[in-house]
Amino acid sequence: MIGIRKSWIALIFTGLATVAFAQHEDHQHPQQTTENHEQPSSAENGQATDHPEAASHGCGHSMEEKEGEFNAGETAVHHIADANAIHIVGDIYLPLPCFLYAPAQGWTITSTSAFHPHHHGNGTVAKDGYVLVHGSVQRVQDPSFPKGPVQVSEPTHEEKTINGKKKDIYYVVAEGKCYELDKKTTFDGGLMGGGVTSFYDYSITRNVFTMLLTCLLLFFVFRRAANAATRTHGHAPKGLQNFVEPFYTFIRDDVARPSIGPKYEKYMPFLLSAFFFILGLNLVGQIPFFPGSANVTGNISVTIVLAMLTFILMLASTKKYFWEHTLWMPGVPAALKILILTPVEILGLFLKPFTLLLRLFANITAGHIVIMCFVGLIFIFGKAGTSVGGSIAGAAAAIPLSLFMMTLELLVAFLQAFIFVMLSATYIGMALEEPHGDHH
Amino acid sequence: MYAAIGAGLAAIGAGIGVGTIGGKAVEGIARQPEAMSDIRANMILTAALVEGAALVAMVLSFFVAAPGQ
Repeated sequence: MIGIRKSWIALIFTGLATVAFAQHEDHQHPQQTTENHEQPSSAENGQATDHPEAASHGCGHSMEEKEGEFNAGETAVHHIADANAIHIVGDIYLPLPCFLYAPAQGWTITSTSAFHPHHHGNGTVAKDGYVLVHGSVQRVQDPSFPKGPVQVSEPTHEEKTINGKKKDIYYVVAEGKCYELDKKTTFDGGLMGGGVTSFYDYSITRNVFTMLLTCLLLFFVFRRAANAATRTHGHAPKGLQNFVEPFYTFIRDDVARPSIGPKYEKYMPFLLSAFFFILGLNLVGQIPFFPGSANVTGNISVTIVLAMLTFILMLASTKKYFWEHTLWMPGVPAALKILILTPVEILGLFLKPFTLLLRLFANITAGHIVIMCFVGLIFIFGKAGTSVGGSIAGAAAAIPLSLFMMTLELLVAFLQAFIFVMLSATYIGMALEEPHGDHH
Repeated sequence: MYAAIGAGLAAIGAGIGVGTIGGKAVEGIARQPEAMSDIRANMILTAALVEGAALVAMVLSFFVAAPGQ
C-alpha cells in the first residue's frame, strides 16, 4: 500500500515538474504571433537572404522561426546552457551579480536586474553596451552605441558563415539603429562556436550560483555528520550521519583501498570531495525548479576542471616505474616501441582525463536533453499551444516518460559520481604502482 | 544528417559492448555468486570504458552537427 502511495506522489511530483518546465514555454506563442504580425517583411527577408545585407533592413530575423513550429532541440540546448539570471516563474528572474570586463572600456559591475529581463531572458535595457540575450550577457562592439541605460528592442538573430564556420549572430535595435552583438569570450578556440571576442564575463552565473549553493549545503551536511560522528563515537550512528557514512565507507573500502593500495589514505580527501561535489550537483540539477535546474555537471568547463584535478593528482603521484612502462616498455623490441607502443601510451595518458570529463558531461547533458525533449512533446503535439487536445495527449505521453527518465537520471547521478571517483582512483593507482617481484 | 548516422553507429557499438559485458557479468555471478562484488566493480569499470569510446564519437558528431552558437 505504502509503495503505491509513494509512486502516486512521485507521479504527481513529475507532473508538477513537467508543468514547471512547460510554463516557460507557454508564453512563446502569443509573443511569436505578435512579432510576426508586426514585422512580417523583416522575418521573410531575414530568412530568404543569408548575407549581411539583411542587417540593413531586416536586422536578422526574429527568434522564432515560423509560426506554430516548435524546435525541441534548440529549446533543450537553451535550457541546459549557463545563464546570467535564474529564471523562477513567468517573467520573474533572480538577478545575479555581473562582473564584465571589456578591454576597450574596463570593468562593468552591475546586476542582471539592470537589464530588465523579460520573455526568454531577453533584456529590454542595455547598460554600458551590454545586452541580455536568452539570459546571457552580450556586448555591442560598436563604439557609437549610447552608453548608460538605453531601451533596446527584442534581439533578432541570423546565421552567418564566417571563415567556413556557421555562427549565430544576434542583433538589437536601439534608437532606431541596428547593432551587432558580440558573445562573451570563450577559450575553446571556437570549437563550441565561441572564441575570443571583445569582452570577458566573470559573473556569478546560474552555474556558479548553484555550485556555491551546493558547497554550502555539503558543508552543513558534513559538519553535522562529523559532529555526530565524534559525539556518538563507539555508538550506532543516527540521523544525517546514517545517510553519509555508508557512502564514506563505500568509497574507502570498495573504491580507494582496492584501486590505490596501501597509500590510499592520502587520496581520500580528494576522492570524497569529488564524489560528494559531483553527486550534490547532479542531484540539485535534477530539481526542475528554482534552487536547482542548473545543469552544472553537464557543463563541459566544470568537468574539464574536475578531470584536470584528477590528471594533476595522477601526474604528481607517478613513480619511475610508471614512466618506464609508459615511455619505454621493457621486454618489447625497440622498433615496436618507437612505432606503436610509446605513441599509443602517451596518447592514452591524455585520453584518460579526456574520457573522464566527456563521460560525466555527456551523460548528464544527454539526460537533461532527453527530459526536455519529452516535455517538448506537449508543444509538438499541441502545435505550440494552438491545439488543446494535442497538448493533453502530449502531456499524457510526456508525464510518464519524464517520470521514467527522471528515475533513470537519479540512478545516473549516483552512478556517474561513483564512476568518476572509481576511475580517478584507478588512474592514481596505476601511477602509484610499484614493481612486483616477478616481471610480467 | 551524417553526424546523426555517426552517433547512431556509435550507439550500436556501445550497445553491443555494454550488452556483452552485462551478459557475461551476470553469467559469472550466476556461476559464482560469492564473487558478485568483484565482478560488479569490474563490470561497471569496463562498461564505463566502452561507453567512453562511444561518447567520444557522439560528442564529435555533435560538434559536426551543431551550428556555431
